[in-house]
Amino acid sequence: MIRTEEMLLNVGPQHPSTHGVFRLVLKIDGEIIVEAKPVIGYLHRGTEKLAEDLQYTQIIPYTDRMDYVSAMTNNYVIVHAVETMMGLQVPERAEYLRILAMELNRVASHLLWWGTFILDFGATSPLLYAFRDREMILNLLNELSGARLTFNYMRVGGVKWDAPEGWIEKVADFVPYLRGQLKGYHQLVSGNEIFLNRTKNIGTYSKEDAINYSLSGPNLRSTGVKWDLRKDEPYSIYDRFDFDVVTREEGDALARYHVRMGEIVESLKIIEQAVQQFPKDGEIIAKVPKIIKAPKGEAFVRIEGSRGEIGCYISSDGKKEPYRLKFRRPSFYNLQILPKLLEGESISNLIAILGAVDIVLGEVDG
Amino acid sequence: MVQDLLESSAGLMNFSIFFVLAVVLLFVILGFVTMAILAERKVLGFMQGRYGPSHVGGKWGLLQSVADVVKLLVKEDLIPKAADKPLFIIAPVIAFAPSFMVMATIPLTDKLQFADLNVGFLYYIAISGLTIVGMLMAGWASNNKYSLLGGMRAAAQMISYEIPLVMSVLGIVLLTGSLNLNEIVAAQGDNGWFILWQPIAFIVFFIAATAELNRVPFDLAEAENELVAGFHTEYSGFRWAMFMLAEYVYMFAMSALITVLFLGGWLPLPFLGFIPGAVWFALKFSLVVYILIWFRATFPRIRADQLMEFAWKVLLPVALANIFLTALIKEFFLK
Repeated sequence: MIRTEEMLLNVGPQHPSTHGVFRLVLKIDGEIIVEAKPVIGYLHRGTEKLAEDLQYTQIIPYTDRMDYVSAMTNNYVIVHAVETMMGLQVPERAEYLRILAMELNRVASHLLWWGTFILDFGATSPLLYAFRDREMILNLLNELSGARLTFNYMRVGGVKWDAPEGWIEKVADFVPYLRGQLKGYHQLVSGNEIFLNRTKNIGTYSKEDAINYSLSGPNLRSTGVKWDLRKDEPYSIYDRFDFDVVTREEGDALARYHVRMGEIVESLKIIEQAVQQFPKDGEIIAKVPKIIKAPKGEAFVRIEGSRGEIGCYISSDGKKEPYRLKFRRPSFYNLQILPKLLEGESISNLIAILGAVDIVLGEVDG
Repeated sequence: MVQDLLESSAGLMNFSIFFVLAVVLLFVILGFVTMAILAERKVLGFMQGRYGPSHVGGKWGLLQSVADVVKLLVKEDLIPKAADKPLFIIAPVIAFAPSFMVMATIPLTDKLQFADLNVGFLYYIAISGLTIVGMLMAGWASNNKYSLLGGMRAAAQMISYEIPLVMSVLGIVLLTGSLNLNEIVAAQGDNGWFILWQPIAFIVFFIAATAELNRVPFDLAEAENELVAGFHTEYSGFRWAMFMLAEYVYMFAMSALITVLFLGGWLPLPFLGFIPGAVWFALKFSLVVYILIWFRATFPRIRADQLMEFAWKVLLPVALANIFLTALIKEFFLK
């Protein structure tokens, strides 16, 4: 028997495939991973601690920077938590604008994931196609909020800006366009033999594991658990829309791929219905005091973000700043299963497994 | 002409003629490489819905590659402290030199060929096999774990794929009874191109050639998403350019070889004989290069273990079956 030595390999924090500043300390035997230890915190900015000295409206831009790929949902969770504490009624038009913004952002987030996931396998074209279409969404959101990535769009009680003239029509036009593009995406990638070889039965985990590791979002649904807060604990006005929760049974990287691709289609359905039901006029923000003070007490809300369940816990002692703020950041929880999945895999599979988890480091590090 | 020179006695005059010819060929190839890089970027841009280079050197970015080369030339020469210095310096040269040497046997037209060897094909395979030594050296000398993994991968891949590459051509050798590339082209003039006679061999050869070239979907040795940049992670400046140059010259050489072996070299299509052979060669050759670029825009990368399995379990048996089939056909039908 040949004597082989284990080698210590640092993947990251500067590495093309760690999707940010994420570091993995690998013990490898040849190309086989014996042990993987994730090291996080390179992007830690202490959002939760900072929030204790900020007024509620001032916290919103900080949430933009947590999951910067899908900032609208983060915006929503904080205003939703404060609204729940204050018992505010949000105007109809604002709710629709929020839904449109969040679902568009979810599509943009999944598109970006799609492009980078395939890029991890060395195919460069899908990334550019995905970015081309994501660009259109960013332009739409830009028209709505004045920013392309860190929107700072939602406010306690409503939204900051009304939809500009012609915006709703543009959104309506975008839906069939992206549906057509998705067909091309599937033709290019979904049936590709090399792609299937690299994702089928890679990084498989069971339903029980997923629940025990408290995974959420597409990572959970890829194991066959039908759990989507938009359906199961409807918040905002999600109960008015007709859409399906996409699930797969296999629990491997390919299943996660198909769940996300399916979710784009479902989000488009929601957008289409929201555009049809969009109220002609109305307020975009409820009557709220100039300085928002959450009443004494605590609240926890959770919503379905692009990557999983985003939770927000607020403990307030009646002042204009929260006493304690805590976010449940889905990427952080989804990442926990990684060391278990990586054991015994090769370095090539590492890329597929890490990519399929879909992490955003801003959210992991908080 | 070259043949006469080869057989004449050695002298200062002959040497200088050889030297000048070699330098001319080198510049022709370098000129091609700069244009090929530009073409690749333009075609990729076209396929990916963007422009590609468009500023340097006028409308089409004609001087983009030239600017890149100049930039690489004037770049600071970095050698990592922990690297094995002599090996680190010599590795790019060893990787590059064979890529240029293989060009000698390729018949560009029936007149233009530098060395008309009787074992032309074998020469190509043997010399191109040397490049892997340079890559492995680079991987080892860099003293970087990613480089080492990349070098190992490159070595394993090149050795595995050389076998089906050679085996697939044996069918052609059986049909023509020669390893001489000139005679192989001439045989296609009598009987039609070998892509028609040897379609299986063509497919096997094309796949193995892509792997030999280290191109997508077989670019594992420099899989940037896994190994940062593979065996040349630590290289920069002109040493790095040597590796890239070697890669592109091989692309030129391999496309030329495919043209010669399967697409009839300089032979024209029927009724279009008035177009000179060199043009035909250039056209066919460009088509092969275009397909290689097309691959790059389309495919994801195959996994290391699947790559090996594919070579040994699929390509090699198919190539062997092709030899058997060719032998049978030759024995029973072509007597």
